[in-house]
Amino acid sequence: MNAIGWPNWRRLNQEGIVFAIAILLFAAAALGLPGFLTADNLVAIVRSVSVLGILALGMAVVIIGRGIDLSAVAIMAMSVAWYLQLLNTGTSDGLAFLYVLAGVLAIGLLNGFLVAYADVPAIFVTLATGSFVFGYVRSQLITQDAVPVPGGHWVELLGGVRFLDIPVEVFVFAGLAFLVFLFLRYTKWGRFIYFAGDNPVAARNIGVPVRPMLVLRYVLSAFVALIAGLLTAASLHSINTRIVNSTLLYDIVLVAVIGGIGLSGGRGGVRNVLVGAALIGILLNAMTIIDIPLLYQNLIKAAILLGAIIVDGIINPRDEQTAQQGDI
Amino acid sequence: MKLLRTLMAAATALAVTAFVAPSFAADDPGPAAYAKALNGKRVMLVPLAMGFDLAQGWAHYLKKEVEAWGGTFETRDPNWVVDAGAQAITDAIASDTRPDVLIIHAPDLNSYSKLMKKAQAAGTYVLLVDNPANFPADAFVGSDWDKLGQLEAEAAIKGCGENSSKKIGLVQGDQANSSSLYQYAGIMKVLEKHPDFQVVAKPDSNWDATTSRNVTTTMLQQHPDICSIIDFWDGDATGASAAIRDAKLDGKVFLVTTGGGEKAADCDKLVDGTYGAVVMTDLARQSGDMNAIIKFLLQSGQPAGTSHTYIYTLEKATTKADLKPDSCWDLKALQAEAAAK
Repeated sequence: MNAIGWPNWRRLNQEGIVFAIAILLFAAAALGLPGFLTADNLVAIVRSVSVLGILALGMAVVIIGRGIDLSAVAIMAMSVAWYLQLLNTGTSDGLAFLYVLAGVLAIGLLNGFLVAYADVPAIFVTLATGSFVFGYVRSQLITQDAVPVPGGHWVELLGGVRFLDIPVEVFVFAGLAFLVFLFLRYTKWGRFIYFAGDNPVAARNIGVPVRPMLVLRYVLSAFVALIAGLLTAASLHSINTRIVNSTLLYDIVLVAVIGGIGLSGGRGGVRNVLVGAALIGILLNAMTIIDIPLLYQNLIKAAILLGAIIVDGIINPRDEQTAQQGDI
Repeated sequence: MKLLRTLMAAATALAVTAFVAPSFAADDPGPAAYAKALNGKRVMLVPLAMGFDLAQGWAHYLKKEVEAWGGTFETRDPNWVVDAGAQAITDAIASDTRPDVLIIHAPDLNSYSKLMKKAQAAGTYVLLVDNPANFPADAFVGSDWDKLGQLEAEAAIKGCGENSSKKIGLVQGDQANSSSLYQYAGIMKVLEKHPDFQVVAKPDSNWDATTSRNVTTTMLQQHPDICSIIDFWDGDATGASAAIRDAKLDGKVFLVTTGGGEKAADCDKLVDGTYGAVVMTDLARQSGDMNAIIKFLLQSGQPAGTSHTYIYTLEKATTKADLKPDSCWDLKALQAEAAAK
């Protein structure tokens, strides 16, 4: 696959397979399910995966640089929960937001520093900081699992914003996707991420500031998580920190990986996230319309993921390079 | 004779006084027996998590009573993780300070059955609260979820009215938790008696508000003429209400849910029209029931696992029209009260 442009159909890769499955599902649902192919439903599909997609964009940037951020969901829920708690206890909006921004920045920096300079594997660092963020905020800063948005606050109003009857998070998702695309594709630092992800030692030898860039990626991921959290609170008028225990984190990795962003780094882009999100969105929507119970939904989701990974393994066998580097 | 009679009367009076007088002077034996049975006893609450209204309300009311009779009250916070709850129960049974009464909020029908049996074998009374389980606990205190589902269905039918589409949507919890399964059964029982009403969709929310919003959005697009939705918990019904709001169907879809009767979670939302009806658990009374059964068990002298009592809390579907100032309890006020101490 070339880095941009269309998938190379002659050499079918995971992205191509998943895209094909998504198209097939879409066609089948459009033919078989009444009410699937309506403008409202299509908007609902995109909206249902917007927050997931936004988080997956942040995750994609980290994974391409051969890392992983398992603290994303904790940062998303806990930063916003703390923000709303501060507002509910009478802290002024500006000050509260400043605190939260500083907190999110600090966690991003901590993640990046530990991975880049202390050389601790990303999977352990972010697993630990995620638990820390959840535990600290839940026990010290907020009193309830669910924190409501104060009435009339801009976060509540944000949830009601519509352009052409399309909810605001769809535009935020689209906008962020475009920004990340520009960043990865056309900026020097964006291109460096691929170099660093593909071969960190070589990247460093040619003079790429590998370590500061690592830190930057985790900070970016943390900020993306904050945006996702604000959008969630905007739509539901509250944030429930229970989401940290849910399968959301795995769904984020699923969206990125199923779209074809290799966990070994250096491969993939925004398009992979969009393909992965499209598949999950169409799948969940169709299953909800058919009224399939949740247990079977999870089973079907898992079966499709397994199928895609197996087919990818057959079509693209692991080469010498991957064997040497290993996945994360 | 007259003298004799007088003497006898005097003697009788004296005798009566003599017999009765000490019992006036001696204490009522109740308090002493009560204190002997209860003093220093340990009560532990293991809810699904400590971070939500029900658990915090129970803990507040239980602590107040238990500490008043000289016992120790503790909680454990598994934070929605079944394993963590199992660990907490295991540790509690094995510790030197084994609780005399264990109050368990079961995550599903079976997970803790073996542990609860162990606890009873060790001599700890086991109370199940809110969620039933496949285990003969010393007592179950909580909702009759089947009945609760019936009340929800009746509220939904009433909310729809006779001239409506008579289409009802359900947002279930999951397919493992007894509260979800029994609620569904109860709803279907009522709907069987009203064959003109039909359930058009019954997705699961997995108790998550975002999922509830997404499935409700889809449901409303497929069936825009739904007249009522029953969401199985107020913890995720905020999602269903967001979907109704987004679809601009406020006031057209009668949203029914159930909850612990907390002010911000239930009553405020009935006032602003988010919910049409909430089947509320009277939490103070439910906690009172627990307190009463704890006191009974500790004084009974019976070994743990002897009796199996079901104490169902009185449930009522509350709408905006029948809201009263005391319909809800206020978590913020309880927290302020606790903080002030």
